[in-house]
Amino acid sequence: MKITFPHLGNTYICVKSILDDIGADYVIPPFNNKKALELGTRYSPEMVCLPLKINIGNYIQAYGMGADTIIMAGGCGPCRFGYYSQLHREILKDAGFDMEVITLEGTDIKDLVSRIRKIVPGTSKMMRLPSILLRAVQIAKRTDEVEMLAFRTRAREWECGATDRVYNGFRRKALETRGTRNILKLLDETEARLRSIPLDSYADPLKIGIVGEIYTGIEHFASFGIQHRLGRLGVEADRKVTVSNWIIEHMIKKPLHLPRDMEYAKAAKPWLGAMIGGHAQETIGNTAIYAKNGYDGVIQIFPFSCMPEIVAESLLPSVGRDLDIPVLTLIIDEMTGEAGYMTRVEAFVDMLERRRESRKHEKGKLLSWNRCGFSQYEPGRH
Amino acid sequence: MYKIGIPRSLFYYRFASFWECFFSALGAEIIVSDRTNKRILDDGVKNCVDEACLPIKLFYGHVLNLRDKVDYILVPRFTSISGNEYICPEFGGLPDMIRHTLKGLPGLIDTEINMRKSARGGLKAAIEMGEMLGVDKRRTVKAYQLASGNFRKDHFYKEFRKTVLQGEDRFPAGSEKGGHCPREIGGYSEATSRKAENCPHPASQKGEKCPRPESQKGEKCPHPASRKGEKCPRGKRLCVGVIGHPYNVYDRYISMDLLRKLTDHGVDVRTIEAVEEVDINRQASTLPKPMFWNHGRMAYGAALHMAERGEVEGFICLSSFGCGIDSFVNDLIERHIRRRYGIPFITMTIDEHSGEAGFNTRLEAFVDMLKWRRQNEDYISASG
Repeated sequence: MKITFPHLGNTYICVKSILDDIGADYVIPPFNNKKALELGTRYSPEMVCLPLKINIGNYIQAYGMGADTIIMAGGCGPCRFGYYSQLHREILKDAGFDMEVITLEGTDIKDLVSRIRKIVPGTSKMMRLPSILLRAVQIAKRTDEVEMLAFRTRAREWECGATDRVYNGFRRKALETRGTRNILKLLDETEARLRSIPLDSYADPLKIGIVGEIYTGIEHFASFGIQHRLGRLGVEADRKVTVSNWIIEHMIKKPLHLPRDMEYAKAAKPWLGAMIGGHAQETIGNTAIYAKNGYDGVIQIFPFSCMPEIVAESLLPSVGRDLDIPVLTLIIDEMTGEAGYMTRVEAFVDMLERRRESRKHEKGKLLSWNRCGFSQYEPGRH
Repeated sequence: MYKIGIPRSLFYYRFASFWECFFSALGAEIIVSDRTNKRILDDGVKNCVDEACLPIKLFYGHVLNLRDKVDYILVPRFTSISGNEYICPEFGGLPDMIRHTLKGLPGLIDTEINMRKSARGGLKAAIEMGEMLGVDKRRTVKAYQLASGNFRKDHFYKEFRKTVLQGEDRFPAGSEKGGHCPREIGGYSEATSRKAENCPHPASQKGEKCPRPESQKGEKCPHPASRKGEKCPRGKRLCVGVIGHPYNVYDRYISMDLLRKLTDHGVDVRTIEAVEEVDINRQASTLPKPMFWNHGRMAYGAALHMAERGEVEGFICLSSFGCGIDSFVNDLIERHIRRRYGIPFITMTIDEHSGEAGFNTRLEAFVDMLKWRRQNEDYISASG
């Protein structure tokens, strides 16, 4: 049995370290790429959402590397993600790829345990599983912290590309590092290296919050690396929806009925009164939170035909109007052209810069003959 | 007395009789929006986000149609209408979408209807609605019981099912109950009364003899079995299953009058509503993971049941562009039906700028193909 799993940002680091520790045989599909998307688009139904198509591409590429078993998370709706694994199974079957799909979902504990037993060889490994999982949760959390730190340094670094060098190096090295303990060590090292990058202490970058659907938000490929690109434009990006957050809130706290962090739900209340699936409530709530925290703008990003985000999209203009925060909505599908997409992002950033400048002048009641200012042309920024 | 407006859209096609009974028992006057027309569609498209699916856009249009005529508009938050199942995220966010996009609306009845955990959620929602309208709780409960009793007895689907299964005219003319007949929902009763008058095949109404035009003209039934003097085993007329949301299938305007067109082609129609709940559940339980969408379960169960009974010779999936649930469910149905039964299957997608000519061409081609298939199924050309 050779296990594989779909890509979602840095999740592979967490999953792979668990599989290392329990001694399972696995392959990691190549990082998301054009070929994977092409394969996925060829075999998937036309109108399904983008993540499903990329997942299929991952599986087929992993199949070529010898994988025969897929582990995948599940859910119970109303977002389509809950039924992904079922459709994956059907698509792969019809396309002639003989792969088993194991869904890990907490609907039935007994069932879940039997599914885990399929993956974990031997009882002694099973006994060690809880401690491994604890470390894995820590890894997920630390990985997200490192990513957020990278967002901050990227917008402030003196030497353009220094952060990307460290960060991309970390992603590559994680592929070769085995076991949860070693990964944790690698995370420590990476964090130290990120912290040692020389920063421009005078920089006051624009702050943009990324909201929207989780896959396109987190996955570098699906969003054309929006957070990296924003960083290179001298913008500090932030994203509250992370993998570790999802694991802790949805996979640990929810089944155990522990009190969850529902700040976003409270913040979303005036616009969206109920949980409607997916991340719609997070999108609305986090936009409101960003506005209150003084962010300059919000970018919503979601795959074409994502139902919960369509609801959020139609509410965001009123959130933006009520709280005075500009919102840009980006919709991704397999046809999205990168250039047009980047033009929109750059225009949005320019608009935010001007907005900030003009507000500064209004606030300070400064009579300036040059309202644009020069702050946007600082060296080393572009 | 206040006026409550009900948009003739989405779940009106399922709960029309319930809502009408419930709100009249509460002492409200009910105004239903006009039948879908170009104006309603255009208004909806103009005011809604581009990415939403067609039925949602249409709902906007119907709300706008009611805006200046009523005191309240019924826009409930439909989270769930059955145990452990949802409807669709867009249904769940609909009242918020409406409130934050449209201006100058009267009061919205936006109670959440959630029967996911227990069927009592319906009563809870009804009481909330009653409170919103300032009606005494006891009266609300009574109205709810009356309405749900009636709903169970005089179910649109039950009547529908009966007529479909008996092979009678599918869209009976007129209503014997008076008032607003639920069967008029999609405007089909009007269509059929016309049809009943000048139906070219009298036999089709009795459902006894093979009513296909060929046999009427004295030709032989082209099915191989009947040529041998046996009875045509497939029943008489060509029959297709139409799978889709009731608010797409029964809306004559946006479905491009699909049901009527099929009838005009001499084709019988089975819809999801023609299948008993028991049969739907039996088929749906064969899925490795139960579907968590109400429509998903119904569509899958009904389609597989029709295929298993061999009562249909083709499937038409009527899907609106961008419908997330359809994208999964239709694909699943298609795969399973192809794998197990090999029945022809077509997906017809509708959106706000569907050209009717293209739609008709595809439909005609599909029906022709089914007819040829029936004729030539066992015929293998000697010339290769």
